[in-house]
Amino acid sequence: MENFRYLKPATLEDAISGKSEYGSRANFLLGGTDLLIAMDKGVVLPDAVIDLKGISELKYLEERDGAIYIGAAVTWTELLESELIKKYVPALWEAADLVASVGVRNTATLIGNICNAVPSLEGGAPLYVRNAVVFLEGKSGKREVVIQDFFTGVKRTVLGDDEMVTGLKIPVEAKFGEVYIKMGRYEGEDLAQAGVSVYVDGDNNYRIALSAVAITPVRAAKAEEFLKGKKLNPELAAEAAELALEAIAPISDIRSSKEYRIHMCRIMVKRGLAACVSRMETGLPALSTRLI
Amino acid sequence: MNHILKFNLNGDPVEVTVKSNEKLLDVLRDKLGAVSVKFGCGVAECGACTVLIDGLSVRSCITFAVEVEGKNVVTLEGLQADGPTKIQKAFIKHNAFQCGFCAPGFIVSATELISKNPSPSEEEMRHALAGNLCRCTGYQNIVNAMNEVAEDNRKGDK
Repeated sequence: MENFRYLKPATLEDAISGKSEYGSRANFLLGGTDLLIAMDKGVVLPDAVIDLKGISELKYLEERDGAIYIGAAVTWTELLESELIKKYVPALWEAADLVASVGVRNTATLIGNICNAVPSLEGGAPLYVRNAVVFLEGKSGKREVVIQDFFTGVKRTVLGDDEMVTGLKIPVEAKFGEVYIKMGRYEGEDLAQAGVSVYVDGDNNYRIALSAVAITPVRAAKAEEFLKGKKLNPELAAEAAELALEAIAPISDIRSSKEYRIHMCRIMVKRGLAACVSRMETGLPALSTRLI
Repeated sequence: MNHILKFNLNGDPVEVTVKSNEKLLDVLRDKLGAVSVKFGCGVAECGACTVLIDGLSVRSCITFAVEVEGKNVVTLEGLQADGPTKIQKAFIKHNAFQCGFCAPGFIVSATELISKNPSPSEEEMRHALAGNLCRCTGYQNIVNAMNEVAEDNRKGDK
């Protein structure tokens, strides 16, 4: 690995001015669990690395004004240990519990996860079903982007060269059920072969998101429209699962064949629908129950 | 870019000159003699390089040394400074290693687990240790050792 300039600013302002100076030749560092590996492989060769861990403005996890706010420096472990996340964003909690391993979760962050933007990211589907809003800040100011518009391709996002993600917000819902299901080969540091999040609210509005089965996470709009306002039953769930498959375009790779991904997405959407409705009504299945 | 890095290693203040691109793993092993920390996969998948930073387990193979400025870093050498710990004794009793290469990482991860949850269930310990790989034991002996620690801590609570 080439040497680089290591910067550890104490304020957001300094971090952004550092990034503006270097542009695409600088990378932000939080947990570094993706960045260091990319640097080792020579895929990313920054002149400067800007460590954001010294910036207290990025370390918030709170409920206010009807939303949960998560700062960029919040780690997966901190999300897991948060009662707010468990109560208000349980699908994200379930995803956090399935990210890699304890030793990675202790430093890796949700914001780093979405900025790295690999298709198999754990943070994608749970944020998609909640219409999370991402906060971007750069030299020219601040802007907000809904999560569905944040990703533009494999490892690509709308972030400009001088911009960073400072955090995001997830609206608090009164009555809802949601779930995240990960298909992996084994526990501990395996990337998802496919991920599914399903959400339902008290008026039978459904949201379905799938990850690792297209270049970005996707929402299954046709399936959502089909189910809208209907009380779920197994036949509707089966039909919705077929419609959900129209939204995905999985590939075959070392982790799984395209056919297996499609087959399992069908099952995960069906079980996810049943589980989130049941969770809304009874609180069960308990968080982290393995549904596949 | 060179940095004069200061942090606490196993309770003692240390000062070492490092380059920005040096990994914590390499600095611990090559410059500070903490050779319990192992290079396994180099990509945070095997857990052999696990150390505690301010009490939390971290993969030193994907941590830059400069990131630990001012922090408390603990390796197996620090944990066993006063002789084998309860976890280590249980590992020895249950033959929880064969070649031993993964053992320091396992013991550091297990130490963090027990500090947060003194008597974990078998499911909880398997989940917490899922990021540490062992290619010899098949894990059962490690789980047996950890079950004994958990059981002993459970008795201690009564």
